[in-house]
Amino acid sequence: MTDQPHQLEIRNLHASVGDMPILRGINLVVPRGELHAIMGPNGNGKSTLAKVIVGDPEYTVTEGEVFVDGVSILEMEPDERARLGVFLAFQYPVEIPGVTIANFLRLAMQARKAEGEEVSFTEFYGRLTAALKTLEWDESIVERYLNEGFSGGEKKRNEILQMLMLEPNYIIMDETDSGLDVDALKIVARGVNSMRGPNLGGLIITHYQRLLNYIVPDKVHIIVDGRVVQTGGPELAQRLDSEGYDWVKQLAVAGD
Amino acid sequence: MTNPEVANINKDYEYGWSSPERYAVKAPKGLSREVVEMISKAKDEPQWMLDFRLKALEIFYSKPMPTWGADLSGLNLDEIYYYIKPEGFNARSWDDVPDDVKLTFERLGIPEAERKALAGVGAQYESEMVYHNLKEEWEKLGVVFLSIEDGLKQYPDLFREYFATVVPPEDNKFAAVNSAVWSGGSFVYVPKGVKVDIPLQTYFRINAESSGQFERTLIIVDEGAQAHYIEGCTAPTYASDSFHSGVIEIIVKEGARFRYSTIQNWSHNVYNLVTQRAAVYGHGVMEWVDGNLGSKVTMKYPACYLLEEGARGEVLSIAMAGRGQHQDAGAKIVHFAPYTSGTIVSKSISKDSGRSSYRGLVKIYEGARGSKTNVECDALLLDEEARTDTYPYIEIEEKDASVGHEATVSKINDEQILYLQSRGLSEDEAAGLIVRGFIEPIAKELPLEYAVELNRLIELEMEGSVG
Repeated sequence: MTDQPHQLEIRNLHASVGDMPILRGINLVVPRGELHAIMGPNGNGKSTLAKVIVGDPEYTVTEGEVFVDGVSILEMEPDERARLGVFLAFQYPVEIPGVTIANFLRLAMQARKAEGEEVSFTEFYGRLTAALKTLEWDESIVERYLNEGFSGGEKKRNEILQMLMLEPNYIIMDETDSGLDVDALKIVARGVNSMRGPNLGGLIITHYQRLLNYIVPDKVHIIVDGRVVQTGGPELAQRLDSEGYDWVKQLAVAGD
Repeated sequence: MTNPEVANINKDYEYGWSSPERYAVKAPKGLSREVVEMISKAKDEPQWMLDFRLKALEIFYSKPMPTWGADLSGLNLDEIYYYIKPEGFNARSWDDVPDDVKLTFERLGIPEAERKALAGVGAQYESEMVYHNLKEEWEKLGVVFLSIEDGLKQYPDLFREYFATVVPPEDNKFAAVNSAVWSGGSFVYVPKGVKVDIPLQTYFRINAESSGQFERTLIIVDEGAQAHYIEGCTAPTYASDSFHSGVIEIIVKEGARFRYSTIQNWSHNVYNLVTQRAAVYGHGVMEWVDGNLGSKVTMKYPACYLLEEGARGEVLSIAMAGRGQHQDAGAKIVHFAPYTSGTIVSKSISKDSGRSSYRGLVKIYEGARGSKTNVECDALLLDEEARTDTYPYIEIEEKDASVGHEATVSKINDEQILYLQSRGLSEDEAAGLIVRGFIEPIAKELPLEYAVELNRLIELEMEGSVG
């Protein structure tokens, strides 16, 4: 395994919901150490890509492969994928009444341990204190029930808290910026940037360039009609911001 | 006596083992005047109690089996042993409890819990209390915690003043059978103003096959006093059914506060038909915390009769019904006086072909002005086969009163499972965590050790139930 590339590779991925094809041959390689932005008009497959990688049973993969560090993951349960280091920051995190964040975080950390190994108090608490500080959150938040009654901003911040606690190798952020004001956006970005380094790769899915001012991507890919139609650097995001999506839609038509 | 063969009908039930049967007295099968007389004689009772029992027996015969609730057609009352007295009973030291029986309770963790966290412990084995002890510090304050038999002997006047006043034998068929053959249970008196701040516990164990257990508990919490009483129950798993029909009577006097918690984990061959009721006086507070996990059929509706102004009653109920189980559980809040209030929170979980029903009565009599009760019942279904029903009865005779009722039925939602799985929890762990969260509002009312036990039992029931 040691000679396997440390990268997230998506190879000719086709996926559908029911009979409706949504992804029509996505190809992407994201090495660890790089964050790639995924942009594109709504309804063209950005979130589907996130859900397929994480293993949402609502979506059916009809063709293609996804490799994490050279390991094919499409046959795996979502929890096995998580334990390989894949983390999705959900666009709409669900509420789990009666389960405190603290308890949940401890169980999720425990799930990553080998049999017989326990999450120690110092490990848990040390990581928690640091994460809460980064996110400017009071410790009392972890006694609240998971996402229950949280505002949109709190839910997104809670996704980043989990990300900081679980130390994934590949993050997928699904429109984490939607519904956030500038202050919350900065806090979320600070959380992500604090993790950046040679061990972290991932996809930042967003409709707007705004988030990318704070989390500067190494590459930008544009998905239209279930395919990557354009790849470039951060300047591509700025072009979308000033010119809109009409010109990339033309690219998709040209590609057919 | 032979060691009965344990039928492997529920291999996941961890308390399904049994101990060899060795008994001082075992009445013949079935219910009769002779059996009642034999019980009374074995207990060396006063004449009034024998008369009470015999009258209750007549009432029992005169009442039909109830058909409005769970299916009781499988319960054959002629095939039950109504009285089994174990060898050696009512010890104050575990050293004096016979080895088999002591081992049983050690395997259930009772002596250890007593040392750690309890003010007093009672242990009932078959028909009799084999152990009953109260820590000295509470005894000094005048707290009484005895077997019901010793209560009758040592406090005859107090006993007679309250016995069968809250649940008379006429109340229902199972209260009548209990009144006729009652044996074991606790007698508790908490004097005025005394606050017992750690729980008293009684543990009930049925060991013999086809046996009945009819404990009777009488608890008097005097003015301004406070206490918490916990009962736990298990039985071996046999092919034939057992029958448990307790009667719990509680008197909560003015300004007193009392909580009665049950973690019922009978094996899945026990019919559990219990009458629990509290009479609550001025500004007193009664809380029932009722966890029904085991048994084949349970019919149990802890009740608060709010008799004087400002009295308050609360019932928190959790039921979990798996394959072959029917938990027909609920609550009753009856307002007799002005400005009385009640809360019922019921949470049920059903899986496989299990069925849970919420059956509750809220009654507000004329003149109980300014009274109110809120009812919230939430049901969680784990699969397509599971079933849940709600039977809320609301009777309001007073104009100036209010009753709120909210009911929800939910299924474990795929998005919740995916969310938790995406953080590394397996599908089973995810479902277990959601269920634990569902019951958390009630579990958090229990002392920590019991909340942990409740969660553990639910996890055990949950294993392999999703997917």
